[in-house]
Amino acid sequence: MKTNDVHTISLYVANKPGVLARIAQVFSRRGFNIESLVVSPAMDGHYSRMTIAAQGNPDGLEQIIKHTSKLIDVLHCFDHSDENVVSKELALIKIGVDAGMRPEVLQLVEHFGCKVVDFTESSLIIMVTGDTDKLDALIRMLNKFRIIELVRTGRVIMVRGEEVT
Amino acid sequence: MTTQLEMSDKGATALKEAAPSIQVQPNVSPQAMDGAQALVKRLEMEGVEYIWGLSGGAAIPIFDALVTTGTKIKLVLVRHEQGATHMADGYARATGKPGVVLVTSGPGATNTVTGIMTAHMDSVPMVVITGQTISSMLGKDAFQEADVFGLTMPVVKHSYLVKSSNDIPRIMKEAFHITRTGRPGPVVVDIPKDISSGPCTAELDPPMDLPGYNPEIETDVSSITHIAEALERSKRPVLLAGHGALIANASKELLKLAETLQAPVTSTLLGKGVFPETHPLSLGMLGMHGTAYANKAMVECDLVMSIGSRYDDRIVGQPARFCRNATRIHIDVDPAEIHKMVHVHHHCIGDARVVLDELVKHVGQLDTKEWLAHLDGYKKRFPLKYRKQGGLKMQHVLAELDELTEHKAIISTDVGQHQMWAAQFCLSDSPHTWLSSGGAGTMGYGFPAAMGAAFGCPGEQVWAVVGDGGFQMTMCELATACVHKLPVKVLVLNNHYLGMVRQWQELFFEDRKSGVDLEGNPDFAKLADCFPGAKGFTLKRPADVKKVLKRAMEYNDGPCVINAECVKEDNVYPMIPAGKALEDMILEAPRVRLEKPTGST
Repeated sequence: MKTNDVHTISLYVANKPGVLARIAQVFSRRGFNIESLVVSPAMDGHYSRMTIAAQGNPDGLEQIIKHTSKLIDVLHCFDHSDENVVSKELALIKIGVDAGMRPEVLQLVEHFGCKVVDFTESSLIIMVTGDTDKLDALIRMLNKFRIIELVRTGRVIMVRGEEVT
Repeated sequence: MTTQLEMSDKGATALKEAAPSIQVQPNVSPQAMDGAQALVKRLEMEGVEYIWGLSGGAAIPIFDALVTTGTKIKLVLVRHEQGATHMADGYARATGKPGVVLVTSGPGATNTVTGIMTAHMDSVPMVVITGQTISSMLGKDAFQEADVFGLTMPVVKHSYLVKSSNDIPRIMKEAFHITRTGRPGPVVVDIPKDISSGPCTAELDPPMDLPGYNPEIETDVSSITHIAEALERSKRPVLLAGHGALIANASKELLKLAETLQAPVTSTLLGKGVFPETHPLSLGMLGMHGTAYANKAMVECDLVMSIGSRYDDRIVGQPARFCRNATRIHIDVDPAEIHKMVHVHHHCIGDARVVLDELVKHVGQLDTKEWLAHLDGYKKRFPLKYRKQGGLKMQHVLAELDELTEHKAIISTDVGQHQMWAAQFCLSDSPHTWLSSGGAGTMGYGFPAAMGAAFGCPGEQVWAVVGDGGFQMTMCELATACVHKLPVKVLVLNNHYLGMVRQWQELFFEDRKSGVDLEGNPDFAKLADCFPGAKGFTLKRPADVKKVLKRAMEYNDGPCVINAECVKEDNVYPMIPAGKALEDMILEAPRVRLEKPTGST
């Protein structure tokens, strides 16, 4: 960890009440902001997988990872930012478009490999998956249209190859 | 806390009738036992001797179980829940065993927060059981409801909100396992009243469910050889012993290492006693108010090795300048402490006793003759000193106390000037005899902690060295001490000021006194006399110090309080202003005005 880049931290935790609050507290006590957070049950429901994206000075983040690892309910906590990982997120983007502008939007949808998941006379919901840069690029392109709302899931990552995340 | 009871509580009554005949064996699935009774049985299995607590509505089933189970565990009813936590803390530090606290919900629980935080900062094993409103009322602002799980989260090693009576045996087993292993710390168990009074059919010794907790660390031998090589090259080493060495019971191994290497040893405030301070290789305490020779040794050393200290701000001053030309080594059980304050060249994660035991096999005597002679010169040139003239000095009282007790008494302190002078003048020769709130700096700690030590170590002489400010925060426990006839000797070093803050105001704020004058103090000796079984002494003249201390030592029928009327305005030196480097140590009253410290406190 050398720079103030966004770090993606992957945690494997016991699925018990309070575990998210304890982890969030490790960040907030040190004045760090969590950029995105994905929590879901892992494999058998006894454990959860968390993926946290956070930005801040590397020394502080190193402390945070060490202190998070110390929590009784945390099985492991790794910073995968520099590693060989698959990183994906999903976004739903609702755009207000009339028939005149629709073809241009659909062209973008096709180019970015997105899907239209809701289609009305005056609006579209576009679903896009991919890495953060791709989503950012699409949103930049769509900014010329009327974006009604935007929901992003936050990043999830998985280590490439046979190794576990 | 005030209690407000429900009008009918049939479940509890029925259980009360059923309970006394029950004989419970471990691993037997007990029938007709309630959660509270299972809890008490589990405490017995953990070897608990004492519970410090104060009752209240939501905790009544648990207090009731202390009667219905016929347990031998002794309940000590305190006068304020903060006192209960400090007693459990003092017991834990003096005996090495976890202290147990039992309080009720809401304000009963919030009154323990200071004590829990104190234990957390200093890695003290403690299990705090709090009553809670019934499960169905959680989050509905019920009477005496507080989110204790949430409130204590930042200051615990771990915590539980119990949701099923059958979870109680497992959770209590886990709580004790967590609090006493690895780096110890307090564990809170919050138990709703319906859970403590509901039936528990779970076995009393169930398997634990802690997949994320692995306190057993395999010591990395290669890191030990690196450390040994660094030591071999050193001509001016210093060993820095902290609380971790004491918790790991590593004093024998530390003594062997220091004598093998012929390396001087300094200790942190909480490390006092892990290495005998009367030993020729001891430099005493280092840091903000440490000895001049310990701090000078840190400035001039070519190697510093911390054994279970966390290089905290009291001892490093300015992290960037701390031992910057020396090889820095860190031995700690907690990986999160490595590189936290000070970047180190070598480190080893592990239990201090195991690591030192291995390390000593890899090292021999170092060529430190010159270095030791040099440091002895500093000991002669810059001894700890005070003037006996000009009124009664705290240092004088403490030096006499040290002589009379022959460094053998258990000494517990509050926080402030008296604490620093006690650390300087009362030499600690064995571990677990120095009890002080280091990380938290909790005023009001000294007296109840001394009581906890007196409970845990009957027959030992226990002194509470306190200031007039701190004593007034927890002196209500005199009643508790009287009930149990604890021969704790409370030495109130009374300067009618919050002295350490006054010292800062004098040195850094042009002597503008603000919020430090403790006018309205009671006569502490008279106050003691009005508690049945307690005795008060007054000490005013320097010539009487020995006489009064001796009389207090002879009184063992209950607690006694010595009101020592000391010089009002005196300052603790040496001093390293907060945020300054060790090089900037002040040895005596400065003639010029000092700039405001950049460090916090």
